[in-house]
Amino acid sequence: MIPLSWYLILSAALFSIGLFGVLARRNAIAILMGIELMLNAVNINLVSFWRYGSPAEMSGQVFAIIVFAVAAAEVAVGLALVISVYRRRKTVVANEIDMMKW
Amino acid sequence: MAVDFELIMFFILAGVGIGTAAGMLLSRSAVYSALFLVLNFGAVAGFYLFLNAPFIAMAQITVYAGAIMVLFLFVIMLLGAEKLTPPEVLPWQRPLAVVLAGILILEAAYLLFLRTPGLGEIQMPGFGPDTSPAAIGAILFGKYLLPFEITSVLLLTAMVGAIVLVRPRKQGGGQE
Repeated sequence: MIPLSWYLILSAALFSIGLFGVLARRNAIAILMGIELMLNAVNINLVSFWRYGSPAEMSGQVFAIIVFAVAAAEVAVGLALVISVYRRRKTVVANEIDMMKW
Repeated sequence: MAVDFELIMFFILAGVGIGTAAGMLLSRSAVYSALFLVLNFGAVAGFYLFLNAPFIAMAQITVYAGAIMVLFLFVIMLLGAEKLTPPEVLPWQRPLAVVLAGILILEAAYLLFLRTPGLGEIQMPGFGPDTSPAAIGAILFGKYLLPFEITSVLLLTAMVGAIVLVRPRKQGGGQE
């Protein structure tokens, strides 16, 4: 059988790859994709802790569903921001978007 | 033999998941990145099936691989952003990101394997409750009704915010 720690390591690896994407990529859309990867890793953690910890309660699955909804909202607002910035600045490169930098 | 089959499937899925995540990082085109991410979401849905959460797995496929990634691809193609960015302006940023993410995964492995020695022995408990969508819906609209309603307010706010952010500005003056 698969022990719990393997799922946790897998999810930590996915989270770290997503974090690397957020830190290293400069395309704003790629940064959003890295955030999606991190949210997925969190969801794996939630569901596996639910399954190994207290499968009698549905809390882990309910939290995972709420994380889905939060991810959808985040993507909608994030991509709207990217489109809005692109209209003004004609770029999606994150370090050329420095209007709020003093 | 069933145990061995499960292990083999776990490693295949883990390889696909990690490989597609790395491919998402390394590919030079945003469209390829998004398609790698779709494959990664499929592998994660496979993990949910392993964990006896079929509803979550199907929601993962429809919401993430379906809706969210279609939105990503729409925006990538709408903006013509599939070309990758010009060469590095901040050459220290990429090694720093490698170091920070590596420190994070090492710290996680240390905490999981060394600080909590009993964690590796935790086995999956026998299959107990039913995980049908009806059971999830019952608890979602019963015990977790308030978070559910707050989520709906959040989604409404996000929708209004997205519309406001991308609406064309007709009147001159005001902003810009």
